[in-house]
Amino acid sequence: MTVVIDRTRASAPKHEAGPVSAAARARKSADPGGGLYKPRAPIYPKLVHGRWRAIKWAVMIVTLAIYYITPWIRWDRPGVLPDQAVLVDFAGRRFYFFDIQLWPQEVHFITGLLVLSALALFLVTALFGRLWCGYACPQTVWTDLFIYVERLFEGDRNARMRLDAAPWSLDKAWRKIGKHAVWLGIAFATGGAWIFYFHDAPSLLHDFWIGQGPVTGYVFCVLLTFTTYVFAGTMREQVCIYMCPWPRIQGAMLDANSLQVTYRYDRGEPRGAHKKSAGWEGRGDCVDCHQCVTACPMGIDIRDGAQLECINCGLCIDACDEIMLKVERPIGLIAYDTDAAVEARAAGKPAVYRLIRSRTVFYAVALVVVGGLMAWGLMTRPTLDVHVLHDRNPVFVRLHDGAVRNGYTIKIANRTFQAQTYAVAFDGAKGAILKTPGDRASQDVLKVEVPANEVRAVRVFVTLPPDAITAANMSAAFVVTAPAAEERTETTFLSGAANAP
Amino acid sequence: MSKREPDEVTGVETTGHEWDGIRELDNPLPRWWLYMFWAGIVVAAVYWVLMPAWPGVRSYTQGVLGQSDRADVVVALNDLKTLRGAQAARLKTASLEEIERDPELQAYAQAVGQSVFGDNCATCHGTGGVGAKGYANLRDDVWLWGGSLEDIHHTIEVGIRSDHPQTRFSQMPAFGRDQMLSAAEVSDLTEYVVALSGRPANAAAVRRAAPVYQTQCVACHGPTGTGDQKQGAPNLTDQEWLYGSTRADIHAQIWNGRGGVMPSWKARFDPETLKALAVYIHANAGGQ
Repeated sequence: MTVVIDRTRASAPKHEAGPVSAAARARKSADPGGGLYKPRAPIYPKLVHGRWRAIKWAVMIVTLAIYYITPWIRWDRPGVLPDQAVLVDFAGRRFYFFDIQLWPQEVHFITGLLVLSALALFLVTALFGRLWCGYACPQTVWTDLFIYVERLFEGDRNARMRLDAAPWSLDKAWRKIGKHAVWLGIAFATGGAWIFYFHDAPSLLHDFWIGQGPVTGYVFCVLLTFTTYVFAGTMREQVCIYMCPWPRIQGAMLDANSLQVTYRYDRGEPRGAHKKSAGWEGRGDCVDCHQCVTACPMGIDIRDGAQLECINCGLCIDACDEIMLKVERPIGLIAYDTDAAVEARAAGKPAVYRLIRSRTVFYAVALVVVGGLMAWGLMTRPTLDVHVLHDRNPVFVRLHDGAVRNGYTIKIANRTFQAQTYAVAFDGAKGAILKTPGDRASQDVLKVEVPANEVRAVRVFVTLPPDAITAANMSAAFVVTAPAAEERTETTFLSGAANAP
Repeated sequence: MSKREPDEVTGVETTGHEWDGIRELDNPLPRWWLYMFWAGIVVAAVYWVLMPAWPGVRSYTQGVLGQSDRADVVVALNDLKTLRGAQAARLKTASLEEIERDPELQAYAQAVGQSVFGDNCATCHGTGGVGAKGYANLRDDVWLWGGSLEDIHHTIEVGIRSDHPQTRFSQMPAFGRDQMLSAAEVSDLTEYVVALSGRPANAAAVRRAAPVYQTQCVACHGPTGTGDQKQGAPNLTDQEWLYGSTRADIHAQIWNGRGGVMPSWKARFDPETLKALAVYIHANAGGQ
């Protein structure tokens, strides 16, 4: 979905024949004969200074800090439970997040979190465009970091282009080797930090270096080192353009009232070089300096309009603002703006910004509803969970005196951090006798001890005397009680009475 | 339909296909995608050399790494033994009652017992253990040779009418077939047995059969017909019948004196597995 809005045709016919999208331009420069495959056209983004660049640095530092520091936060938990604040414990089958502890059966909370993230992404995109792509996506953050390293070794845009064009020399070699070495180091640190989310971080760090870490740890470390190095170092915008589905989906989230990085053609056209002595009458503010193009990490020309490749990072805004200050024109020729506003101004009408639209309202309401459900679910999360499985084979057993016995497996999950003794009672026909292996038969309740933070499955046999059996299929329930919790689980007592001989 | 003309807006050639007025741009694939395609083919070729891949007439290409799923299974089974080591060791020393009382050991024994039962016992006794005509139901409270943990363990160990020297053994005579009783006496006895289980029967026949029962049957089934677990003689007063409850079934049993055979499992399983199996069967029978 390459959206190219042809705004330049009427006012500047000389651009009509020019390249209008990154794809077309790259193909034209690299493969003039046309062909099935296209080499990557190298992109040398130039360093800019300004508000959006500063925000991008800040977001980069914060997100990287969250990623690297989180596994090292300690959180005191009772007993032998892990003291790591955020931990995905596959071996122990638990997910720990500060005070929240999730069991595998509660995976719906993770689903809810994904739904929340998706809705938040929809809302933000509908309001402000692809901010996620431009600022917070790991692909963007690590690419930005890798470009920063590249700049340290090889200099800014022009120096890098010269270096790449130059023949091999000692100077070129150490710069290239240095850059790739640091890239690999960062990539390794990325893959290395990932595995700390799955094991106790301090002990894993120790075990990792002496070769005693788990095999999966090494595998994922190598895997993520490789993907980080390749994606952030060598593939960069190719990941966004060809591999990521989000640029395709975003078309459904955006409309004419979404704020996006926009070239205000109403102000910029007709563009052209400007002599210092000349006036500004009869022409646009765009001096065609190409600074927005050289700053773009995606290698596109924002003046072609909204397009699939644009990640909305705002670096072209900073680049353009620097030039506007130099030529003493107001800044904001490129800015976060809406298509509707630019169109209105071009038609001589006042720009109207509409943040509240049916789609943003819908996304916001859905976000609040799902978020509320999640919070409610987390707060009323029971500490006791009971599952009753009726035996399937045999569904019932007839005893010597005509009594009928049903077998059940009752799984009691004790989600508290203390061992609990639960009373298991059968609420059904009168005269039922309960029996669990290794215990005496009783007409009363069974006592089942479950260790802290564990599930125990107990076999319970219920026997009904012949005169208590009134139907082939009788409803019943198990009531499991602890001092602070009670759960009633419906089940059935089967006897086959209807077709008994 | 397939006119490959360039798109006016982008200048990119279209695929030439048109759906409801929508045409598709034919943007070129990135070259790295092509390299990955070739790399995939190279990986496949390398895989053929390293791993078992191509089928032959009698065998297959083995691959230079010597990978074999059969060998992996052997390794995995050995790993399982190591993994079970601690629990299995406790099973070895604990008594049957201790195993059943300890929740952790019981859960382990049930898991082992269930898989062993499914592989070895289910053929005759059914996957749920409810048996069939001629094969005992292991889920109810009726036991031919006793339903305590020890009894069950011993039955599994030595079998019934098996070739084990200490096998549980008893043989009901074929009263009719071997002409020990007349046909009329067998018919009368059938009514007697029906009466024993509390069902309406021909009173005259029952009276005629009483002395026959006292001379022929009482030694094993007891004076009141409650059977004897030491001899595997079933209780005739309850509602459970190994060879069927109808008059024809009972008549056929007195006539032919059938008795099933269960092999001894002592040679097949190690002592821990035998214990686990006994605990599993005992627990699922409600535990006598």
